Amino acid sequence: MMTPVITIENLRTAFGDHVVHDNLSLTVNEGEILSLVGGSGSGKTTLLRQIIALDQPAAGRVEVLDKDLSTLSANDRRRLARRWGVLFQAGALFSSLTVFDNVALPLRELRTIPEDLVRDLVMSRLDMVGLSASDATKRPSDLSGGMVKRVALARALSLDPALLFLDEPTAGLDPQRSDEFVALVRALHRHLKFTVVMVTHDLDTLLALSTRIAVLADKRVIACGTAQEVLQVDHPFIHTFFLGERGRRALAELAPEETAYGKS
Amino acid sequence: MLHEAGACVVTGDWSMQSLSAAGEIAARRRALARATAQTRWDLSALARLDTLGAHVLWRAWGSRLPEHITLSASHREIFTVLSGQPRAEVPRDDPDPLGWLVWLGAFLIEGGRHARALIEMLGHLVFDLGKFITHPTRGPWREISAQIFRIGAQALGITALVGFLIGVVLSYLSAQQLSTFGADRFLVRLLGASIVRELGPLLAAILVAGRSGSAITAQLGVMRLTQELDALRVMGISHSQRLILPRVVALAVAMPLLVLWTDAAALLGGMLAAQVTLGMTPQYFFGALPDAISQINYAIGMGKGVAFGVTIALIACHFGLRIEPNTTSLGRGTTQSVVTAITAVILVDAVFAIALAGVGLPGQG
Repeated sequence: MMTPVITIENLRTAFGDHVVHDNLSLTVNEGEILSLVGGSGSGKTTLLRQIIALDQPAAGRVEVLDKDLSTLSANDRRRLARRWGVLFQAGALFSSLTVFDNVALPLRELRTIPEDLVRDLVMSRLDMVGLSASDATKRPSDLSGGMVKRVALARALSLDPALLFLDEPTAGLDPQRSDEFVALVRALHRHLKFTVVMVTHDLDTLLALSTRIAVLADKRVIACGTAQEVLQVDHPFIHTFFLGERGRRALAELAPEETAYGKS
Repeated sequence: MLHEAGACVVTGDWSMQSLSAAGEIAARRRALARATAQTRWDLSALARLDTLGAHVLWRAWGSRLPEHITLSASHREIFTVLSGQPRAEVPRDDPDPLGWLVWLGAFLIEGGRHARALIEMLGHLVFDLGKFITHPTRGPWREISAQIFRIGAQALGITALVGFLIGVVLSYLSAQQLSTFGADRFLVRLLGASIVRELGPLLAAILVAGRSGSAITAQLGVMRLTQELDALRVMGISHSQRLILPRVVALAVAMPLLVLWTDAAALLGGMLAAQVTLGMTPQYFFGALPDAISQINYAIGMGKGVAFGVTIALIACHFGLRIEPNTTSLGRGTTQSVVTAITAVILVDAVFAIALAGVGLPGQG
């Protein structure tokens, strides 16, 4: 069960003299939901962008689905990109395409899926993320923030990816929409059995979804494990992040199911 | 996939990765089509199944699970999800037979709205200009000078090049015609009057409309996308005073100067072409110029420059502020802005031509 899908070894990232990651290593296992947390500027999004090959690290190795990203040919890269889906923070829907066309785009790009199947798949995906058929002809500019996230999720999932990346999936949503979205991701995760790497600031989302949490601080991963394991680590960032007032509140809600974290 | 007497065993990889190969789906569909309603299906040896594969099978089965089927619990769950989904067709918009009428009406109403908004903007601008003149120290001087540099100084190269080439072409073609009548020496007069009064201002205006008009519209449009316009309004800073006024003033100042510059470049081009085609010396050309360009024509050319500049700035700002927060609107707005600005410049030019028909032209006044 513990097959690694993403392996990062001795990664180093620097913008000029400013070193963001130094000697960072991280492993993501198949089927888990791993959350990356860290303070602003700790390089969470940068790390995510390096995993999806949008940015190149200065040194180190990133291996995704058994492919080393630095030595990948353009063709292999394209093939690999079909096996992951990315939900960008602001959705990044193509504003000149309708909702239907946005979700259909990755399928049509394959150029081998007949149009009737594309239609079936898109409508099925839209239904899965809780959108109705009448939403399919809408334009991204007509959608609310929550709907944009849902459409973006449907698009990220349209190729049945083995890996799903979520960048701040609940940022900008009100608490209720945010809870609904978390429930949606959890349900889809159970159904479609993909691996999730998520960047989030939101403690509620973090604790509700993650099977493991990786904490980024001091230019590396200072702790990686379940919420309880991470809480055992003695580090100022973990103290302020999880055991601040907001953190206590979120953990208190978690307590009935998971009583083991024990110290506060 | 294996077909045996009345049974169909589905095996192998039914996921996106293998199905997306060219022709794969069509081949599997042909094989699936050989099954009948009585076929016993066996999916227990299926290696991988994802949503695409499930949909291929689901369609082949006519959107329901076949009667005789063997499959694992996890695969059954996938089909249960599919059966729970409404078989929704994609709603499509049929073309409306009276669509052209709707379009025409919308076009006219939209045109009216634009005209109204432009007039409102002009009104605001007059008030702001009044305030600017009474309290000149509080005016947006830094913004104005930045705009003059961007709109005026940075356009010197392109206006000179285009002006020069038009001068060459005009002089070359006119010289051929004039020499057949032996009226070579009128070339200076022809070039002087047409370039200074008409072509210089128009050329400069069209170039500026394309270059700076589009830039202004796009810049204001992006400020809308990034909510900078809202931020200004929240701080109580008027768009008209901080964004429109500096651009209008900058164009009103820079345009006459650009007109002067374009005139000079076009005359220079005309002079060189005259020397080549007619053997007219630069000394003669310069000597004849003061007679060819009257003070009044010069003033008209400059006046046109100011009027064109204000027109372009107003139209560009108007379309920039009306851009909606999406990328299509930005492209459309910028195109509309440039097209409208150039059309408006030519309209204003026609108004000048009619209003000043009797002024500054030889033989009439």
